[in-house]
Amino acid sequence: MRRALTIATFLLLAVAAYMALVYAPTEPLMGHVQRLFYFHMGTVWVATVAFIIVFVASIMYLWKQTRGWDILAYCSAEIGVVFLTITILTGAIWAKPIWGTWWTWDPQLTTTFILWILYIVYLILRSSAGTSTRRAKFAAVFGIIAFIDLPLVYLSVRVMRGISPVVFGPGGGGIEPGMMHALLVNLAACSLLFIVLLLERMDLEKMGDVLARLRTREG
Amino acid sequence: MLDKIWAIVKKDLITEMRTKELFTSMLTFSILVVVIFSFAFAFSTGLIKLAAPAMLWITFTFAGVLGLSRSFALEKEGNAVLGLLLTPTDRSLIYFGKLISGTIFVFVVGMIIVPMFVIFFNLDFVSTVLPLIPVVLLGSLGYVAVGTLFSAMAVNTRLREVLLPILLFPIIIPLIVSAVKLSSLVLEGKPLSDGYSALQLLIAFDIIFVAACAVVFEYVIEES
Repeated sequence: MRRALTIATFLLLAVAAYMALVYAPTEPLMGHVQRLFYFHMGTVWVATVAFIIVFVASIMYLWKQTRGWDILAYCSAEIGVVFLTITILTGAIWAKPIWGTWWTWDPQLTTTFILWILYIVYLILRSSAGTSTRRAKFAAVFGIIAFIDLPLVYLSVRVMRGISPVVFGPGGGGIEPGMMHALLVNLAACSLLFIVLLLERMDLEKMGDVLARLRTREG
Repeated sequence: MLDKIWAIVKKDLITEMRTKELFTSMLTFSILVVVIFSFAFAFSTGLIKLAAPAMLWITFTFAGVLGLSRSFALEKEGNAVLGLLLTPTDRSLIYFGKLISGTIFVFVVGMIIVPMFVIFFNLDFVSTVLPLIPVVLLGSLGYVAVGTLFSAMAVNTRLREVLLPILLFPIIIPLIVSAVKLSSLVLEGKPLSDGYSALQLLIAFDIIFVAACAVVFEYVIEES
């Protein structure tokens, strides 16, 4: 079952890459660089879901105090950071020719950047927090506080700049069907990839637990 | 309930009154930062006035982290935290006690930093200091609300005090942004009501994080 899912994911990823790079029509104004948008959207979607999972799993951990929720939060955060890194990199590569700059401090970008830092801090905290129950508790607390902070970060950048965000890229209305297909397939492929990675990563973490238990038993 | 919180506040105030180690280190540090800023901006008064709100809150943030990192390090010495945990109270009352004493420390230091800026950077005294009092108070409260929680966490990690600013700074960005916005309005001589949305954000930050941190505090405080 897992094997079939993995194979299906990689096939779909290939199809998604084909659709983004070949199938989708070239955007008349931006040219080929706009094709990054499909990966950009796919990864940011996964990162968003991943961090929502961290938040929910953190609450569940504090409530139930079972290792399973902690593993879910940890693995999800790790994968979320990887995907969000790809989002930021593809965004910057796209922005250079289109906006003429790698980066601007608009509310969306700033919030994304701080989101990225917050979950890197989450991982630093985990690696520094010692024993597993303490680590799990601290990480869960930070996971909750960080998530609550995000809307405030977004508002604060708007307050500071006094501007409302400009949403670039195709919105809902004017998007061509070919682009829409490519986008949907890419979203599906990234979601599947996330599920596969999450399952594998959680298995790895559980194996680590088993190994640690065996080691203490052996003395 | 209030008397229990007050007992913790009083304990912290008395400890500080006897040792004075927090105040002296925070204040000396703030003075040093102001001096470094003055040199960095090469005494060009125009630039300093523009940058003063940001400098004020950078000084505040860094001085505050010094005080906060000691807040639970002191409890850990001689395992005093065990005494706190053994008191027959709800854990969140310990949080509120620590929150109030921490806010008092940081607020007082903040209200010494502000006149220091006025003197060193030649600002107008009355029109600067008075309107900044509520801003510094609200800023201290939100800062210490998150800082107390993370201080209790950081003291039990391998990185200790090093971890506190790493945890704290990304979270308090909204607080610092709105405080800087309000302070720059004050320095321009405008009323605080001009920055209504920033003031709202600052108050929202305080309310949200005092409530959230009080709820999760019981999970981070532990003896060791």
